[in-house]
Amino acid sequence: MAGAKNHDYHILPPSPWPLLCSFSALVLASGFIMYLHSVHYGALIGPLGFAMLIFCMGSWWVDVIKEAHAGDHTPVVQLHLRYGMILFIASEVMFFVGWFWAFFDASLFPKAVDVVGGVWPPKGLTPINPFAFPLLNTMILLCSGTTVTWAHHALIHGDRKGLKNGLWCTIALGLLFSTIQAYEYIHAPFAFKGNIFGATFFMATGFHGFHVIVGTIFLAVCQYRAYKGDFTPRQHFGFEAAAWYWHFVDVVWLFLFLSIYVWGGWGATYAA
Amino acid sequence: MTDTTANAHFFQKEEHHEHHGADHRPGFFARWFLSTNHKDIGTLYLIFAITAGIIGGGISGLMRAELAHPGIQYLPMWAHFFGAPAGNDAALHFWNVMVTAHGLIMVFFMVMPAMIGGFGNWFVPIMIGAPDMAFPRMNNVSFWLIVPAFTLLLGSLFVSGGTGNGAGTGWTLYAPLSTSGSAGPSVDMCILALHLAGASSILGAVNFITTILNMRAPGMTLHKMPLFAWSVLVTAFLLLLALPVLAAAITMLLTDRNFGTTFFDASGGGDPILYQHLFWFFGHPEVYIMILPGFGMVSHIISTFSKKPIFGYLGMAYAMVAIGVVGFVVWAHHMYTTGLDVNTKMYFTAATMVIAVPTGIKIFSWIATMWGGSISFKTPMVWAMGFIFMFTVGGVTGVVLANGGIDNYFQDTYYVVAHFHYVLSLGAVFSLFAGFYYWFPKMSGKMYNEFLGQAHFWIFFVGVNVLFFPMHFLGAQGMPRRYPDYPDAFAKWNAVASHGYEIMVVGMGIFFVNIIYSLIAGPKAPANPWGEGATTLEWTLSSPPPYHQFETLPIIDAGDLHDRHDRRPPDRV
Repeated sequence: MAGAKNHDYHILPPSPWPLLCSFSALVLASGFIMYLHSVHYGALIGPLGFAMLIFCMGSWWVDVIKEAHAGDHTPVVQLHLRYGMILFIASEVMFFVGWFWAFFDASLFPKAVDVVGGVWPPKGLTPINPFAFPLLNTMILLCSGTTVTWAHHALIHGDRKGLKNGLWCTIALGLLFSTIQAYEYIHAPFAFKGNIFGATFFMATGFHGFHVIVGTIFLAVCQYRAYKGDFTPRQHFGFEAAAWYWHFVDVVWLFLFLSIYVWGGWGATYAA
Repeated sequence: MTDTTANAHFFQKEEHHEHHGADHRPGFFARWFLSTNHKDIGTLYLIFAITAGIIGGGISGLMRAELAHPGIQYLPMWAHFFGAPAGNDAALHFWNVMVTAHGLIMVFFMVMPAMIGGFGNWFVPIMIGAPDMAFPRMNNVSFWLIVPAFTLLLGSLFVSGGTGNGAGTGWTLYAPLSTSGSAGPSVDMCILALHLAGASSILGAVNFITTILNMRAPGMTLHKMPLFAWSVLVTAFLLLLALPVLAAAITMLLTDRNFGTTFFDASGGGDPILYQHLFWFFGHPEVYIMILPGFGMVSHIISTFSKKPIFGYLGMAYAMVAIGVVGFVVWAHHMYTTGLDVNTKMYFTAATMVIAVPTGIKIFSWIATMWGGSISFKTPMVWAMGFIFMFTVGGVTGVVLANGGIDNYFQDTYYVVAHFHYVLSLGAVFSLFAGFYYWFPKMSGKMYNEFLGQAHFWIFFVGVNVLFFPMHFLGAQGMPRRYPDYPDAFAKWNAVASHGYEIMVVGMGIFFVNIIYSLIAGPKAPANPWGEGATTLEWTLSSPPPYHQFETLPIIDAGDLHDRHDRRPPDRV
């Protein structure tokens, strides 16, 4: 049996990236805790760990792309990648379930304390008008879902120009969404600290915003690869994974918009 | 295979050059630190779990020493050793620190790495006829992420947790004790340790599900798949869906502690009970995560040493699926005394007791497998039978505690401690030892010493029962958990329990002697030391298996391995 591989699975050589990623995660976590407790150099070590982590993950994914080009991604290995991405997204969904749980705990059973007053939205609190920027953001994300599908179909039909244009539109819409969210955060008429409305709003939409940024970077990497000449009409899982992730982010936003912005602010006087 | 129309030069150059290095065993550093081999990573997990088990078990020894007599014996000395500030509060705080560390270490760094990381990695790919895991490199990051996680957890013992050094919140990290009640970086370190351990487990879960669903050998349908693979599949789904909710919950703890949010602070409109809901939505599936792989292992061992296929294979498989599904909708039985209304308690009582049905299916099917079998009482078999007996005791007290009304009295007493140690340290740990002895010859290529194995079992069995059974009495008498001191009325059974710990330690000593002796001087193990009862694919390989097994995939022919024990898989040694 020695050495003669008679199957399509991917047997990998040893790799330094898992070990280095874990070590970077330790540096990041330690630096973050030092920063939280005002220990010297915490504000340096945390970002250093983050940079190391990004470098290691990036190098890891560069290896994956090289292996794809070397023909290691047989149909069954591509199937593995699909399963892996779907399961990862499933776990992400459950992560957001936690944040929605916190929101519905607070909003369905508003507490009779001063900052809430037994009603939702809390008494005296001015929520963001959902039919202003948030509705626009909904349209932007839905729109970006169609442009990424445009890019995908262009890719499948060998239209490289359409692929790039579709991706440019998607990335631009993603950036526009993040910019509008940043504007909304800066001008939010309620605080992050001290009240459950702000806590659930900013943490749930904030983690969504973080995922939008990650998704935008993912799409930008795909765009870079598109310009480099990567992806074929039949094999382009990196692009598909980015598109799936983008759709996931889109769907989470729809739930956030309907429950936190529309229902969660219903009946209050919105900011002008 | 690969579409090369758009960019042919990319796809053709350097084709398969990567495989060159994989055919040979890499050097020491590359093999053990940069590994992409499921068996080596499984070995790393087992070594890690044993190390963590020694630390976690040592902490419980300290606790039994302190509890052996009424009054405070050693706490001030130990707290001083860990650098705690002087004073009674810091010493008593150290008790809570030990309770917390023991729980977190045993759950996240001993049982889970051993069951899923160790035996899962070693034997799931082999049992399904696969050459490795679906994502061999991600497999390694799953292992290495628990090392920094454990580093953070151990480091938390030496920094301030508020009252004294270390996190004294209990493994559940309940708010507000874990938020406003514990200043200092210690609890933050525990939280980030759990984040890292959780990321490790989620990546591992993705890997196992993908491997089991896509890499089964030709002909091995799900309904022909060995039960251990089934158990790991269900476990992996529980991990995938439960851990992210814990990640969200402990992130809320982190922001409540450090950034002024009020998720669990009632004065800001938050709800401390919310934390308990989120935690136990994870925490209840977690207890099945810790026991399901044990169910899988015990099924193989009972079948092997009874020389009979497992009774009711499909029922056994779907009982685990049912336990996994129902396990997600019973979480609030951990919260009966938090002020849930009576209808909610009724639902959770009923739903919890439903789990006794699939669990009963498993217990009775194991007994039916042994019934009329040609049983040989080898070491793995006695551990598996011990598992069935002890897990049943823990399961029965579980049905008692499932009742919301009774739990009003037993909540946070030693009855609960007795219950979950019967299902975990006499259930999960017995299955781990059963699996360890069952597969030790396969993993190491050496036979363990049968006499030492039997001695380990009997001494350990007596020890843990002397240790944990009196806790039922203490709990029924009303002794609360998590206190270092107690009234003299509880002195007798506490002394007995502490002697039980001493007996158990002797058993563990024999275990380590056995491992070391067998690794050095044990006789060489044959491919299948267990005879015709052992029908799964790992027994068709040499002991230890080749560095890369199944380079030509095995074909599973018609018929079911579990229905027809006379059908041996083709010999591929």
